[in-house]
Amino acid sequence: MDPKQQLLNTNSFRFECETGNYHTFCPISCVAWLYQKIEDSFFLVIGTKTCGYFLQNALGVMIFAEPRYAMAELEEADISAHLNDYMELKRLCTIIKKDRNPSVIFWIGTCTTEIIKMDLEGIAPKLEAELGIPIIVARANGLDYAFTQGEDTVLASLAQSYGLKTITQNPANNSSKLILFGSVPNAVVHELTNELNSFGVEVGGWLPAKRYTEFPILKEKDFVCGVNPYLSRTATTLMRRRKCHLIGAPFPIGPDGTRAWIEKICSIFNKPVSGLKERENKIWKMLEVYTDLLKGKSVFFMGDNLLEISLARFLIRCGMVVFEIGIPYMDKRYQGAELLLLEKTCAEKGIFLPIIVEKPDNYNQVDRIKDLEPDLVITGMAHANPLEARGINTKWSVEFTFSQIHGFTNAKNILDLISKPLLRKINKDVCFSN
Amino acid sequence: MKLAYWMYAGPAHIGTLRIASSFRKVHAIMHAPLGDDYYNVMRSMLERKRDFTPVTASVVDRHVLARGSQEKVIQNISRKDKEEKPDLVILTPTCTSSILQEDLQNFVSRASQDTKADILLADVNHYRVNELQAADRTLEQVIKFYIEKYEKTQNLVTEKTPTPSVNIIGPCNLTFHGQHDIAELKRLLADLGLRVNLILPESASVDDIKNIPRAWFNIVPYREIGLLTATYLQKKFDIPFVDRPPIGILETANFIRNIQKILNNAGIDKDFENYIDVQTRFISQSAWFSRSIDCQNLLGKTAVVFGDATHSAALTKILAKEMGIKVLVAGTYCKHQEKWFRSEVQQVCDEVLLTDDHTLVADMIAKLEPSAIFGTQMERHIGKRLNIPCGVISAPVHIQNFPLSYRPFMGYEGSNQIADLIYNSFTLGMEDHLLEIFGGHDTKGIETSALTTELEWDLQALTELKTIPGFVRGKVKRNVEKFAKNHNITKISLDVMYACKENGNV
Repeated sequence: MDPKQQLLNTNSFRFECETGNYHTFCPISCVAWLYQKIEDSFFLVIGTKTCGYFLQNALGVMIFAEPRYAMAELEEADISAHLNDYMELKRLCTIIKKDRNPSVIFWIGTCTTEIIKMDLEGIAPKLEAELGIPIIVARANGLDYAFTQGEDTVLASLAQSYGLKTITQNPANNSSKLILFGSVPNAVVHELTNELNSFGVEVGGWLPAKRYTEFPILKEKDFVCGVNPYLSRTATTLMRRRKCHLIGAPFPIGPDGTRAWIEKICSIFNKPVSGLKERENKIWKMLEVYTDLLKGKSVFFMGDNLLEISLARFLIRCGMVVFEIGIPYMDKRYQGAELLLLEKTCAEKGIFLPIIVEKPDNYNQVDRIKDLEPDLVITGMAHANPLEARGINTKWSVEFTFSQIHGFTNAKNILDLISKPLLRKINKDVCFSN
Repeated sequence: MKLAYWMYAGPAHIGTLRIASSFRKVHAIMHAPLGDDYYNVMRSMLERKRDFTPVTASVVDRHVLARGSQEKVIQNISRKDKEEKPDLVILTPTCTSSILQEDLQNFVSRASQDTKADILLADVNHYRVNELQAADRTLEQVIKFYIEKYEKTQNLVTEKTPTPSVNIIGPCNLTFHGQHDIAELKRLLADLGLRVNLILPESASVDDIKNIPRAWFNIVPYREIGLLTATYLQKKFDIPFVDRPPIGILETANFIRNIQKILNNAGIDKDFENYIDVQTRFISQSAWFSRSIDCQNLLGKTAVVFGDATHSAALTKILAKEMGIKVLVAGTYCKHQEKWFRSEVQQVCDEVLLTDDHTLVADMIAKLEPSAIFGTQMERHIGKRLNIPCGVISAPVHIQNFPLSYRPFMGYEGSNQIADLIYNSFTLGMEDHLLEIFGGHDTKGIETSALTTELEWDLQALTELKTIPGFVRGKVKRNVEKFAKNHNITKISLDVMYACKENGNV
């Protein structure tokens, strides 16, 4: 059967799991955006030259701007336990304290610290007491996680411990607050907060905030809601360890997602959402220049950053056809509301449900891409140029991680990225040959 | 543990992958966790390769940690054998596999029982060697393996080519200006009446290796990669080699003279002095350039040179001997090349520096305040910070140092390119100073005053405006002000900015 036809015949979600042989960034890359987000932090990645080489090449010019992150590069003597981990870390963190004086030091555990079983969680409290700086340990390693999940491990560690020791809870004030979690640029924080405020929902804080010293205090029965699809461990920690109520909503990516996200939160706080539908429509109206171009075009997500479900849902709403959603890891509970919205969107658009491939196999995917001939492949940089050379349009998936994509006004940014390769193809003035 | 912000040479497996992916029909399988296949991104992005990088990972995850790789590596090898039909699969260890201490050699011998491809385990230790040393070793290992194999099957072609020919050993993927250097070398060798027998590993197939002994001698253009192989071939087949990088007029001449000597020893009566003279005086512009009045201005100017051993030594000699520039420090991060490097530059610079710590280099540059720096991408950024011009002469580099146009560093055209690079670095520096002395042509402030100033920005809005990248800030500001005027708003707050954005006026 023709593979396109085969896809059209499916009408319920098909989840598949392949070999996990796919290209993605190492989760330690989260230091790149987290150190910028948390202005008084320092990130120490405890790993090898391999980790350092990745960071230095992947983050390019950021390296030269006196970053607030560094490698604690493990040498042979560390691996063979000839050196004492505690003493070594103490030495390095003392230097960091002296040179940078951060409010918090994050230790990012890597594959190597896992394998040699370095007891970072055990050493941290002792050093914390000695140096007088909070030390947060996150195991963002490639043995367990992919790319954006790095942020999840960091936020989960924060959610677990933040404010437990230092801040005494005030029993008089036991009204439940809403705390949003997920690291987004400050402009997005402002926009989403205003959005909720305008419907009478007060935002009690963001995890993480601009500064470590401004993080919100978490109380039992507080409401929490995620803004990124890759924060399932953080969500779990907030529910289990801090006894918060999780609001399961689609993610505020695209005007449809943003509206659904606001609606869900407002419904929890019994606030009416009058005028919201009109706001969404207004945004769609402005996006028409893009949606006219995108209508009927097909997309294939190779999968590497866990934004794939939300992006696919938004693009289907824009009139595109999605053949395959590759995704490193699929938490059906945390992303439940998002999956439902995807299903609803497909039904409303009269379009087949895309197949969702967890832990994809890039080699097999390239085969499927050759068969399906999608108009656009969203992929990592390892495959982009080779696919372009074979006449297949690509978009680097990493750009979605580093762009502002949340909320009503940033929907335009997503479509800017999506339409660029398609515009290039229809631009007749430029001559392309392979 | 070492506190490190940046490194000059990459980890060992990168070197192995550079060699593997340079050969045709050789596939590398990394024994590594998810995300360690970043090499594929670098090759695809920096070199803008059209083919898929022949590197896959046999992913080390929790299961592998608990139970060992067991069948996984072997399955991955035989799968690639069927899918890609490579001639050779190189199993590449990483820092992770180094400490797991699995018996990868055993996997290799088991896998090779039922694969068509040959299987090799790269003999590199993450904690002992860096990228360049690993590349050097892996190349030697592959060549040795096939020489021995062809010897056994009696496929080795040992008869010399009828006319003098050479092997060029060392150029591989992600070599700094490598493609251009190869082209220039080929042209130079053709001028000398020499045929290129083989270039290894760039674009060679393992089948070609049986023809290695046919060459009369070997050329190792870069000190970092290829010396081990050339030494092995000298021992094995008594093939002499030239290991002088032909960078700069004087060194290119020495390179040619070395070749002449080898040919004379082989009984070929050649005299290249006339060729050198004509090329130096008429073809290359750089010899005339160093006599011209421009270059007189450079006399006594100071420079700091830092990079890999090959390029740093070559540039130091060009600056000192060909242009009369005072080299305050010549340095390299290739610490294992110390002896050679010292002997090359000791006479022509004030101080020799061997370090792989970029902060030391930065401190030294800040202290010496040279008129120009010649270094890697890191030195370029150091220069930016200190306002000292920098010419990039060595890896590690960004994508702009993989130019599309013809930019060799070697041979006579190379010396033209280098002369331009040096000259441009210094002139720009001069211009900077002149601007400073005469007050400069400051354009700051013009952009923002283009619009009326009657609109007031509150503090929050101003702070937000400052977070917008400089190159679009002016445009954003103008748009917001236009929006505010249209809506009769006199004071711009954060909300006004967002309202403007929401209406699509960014």
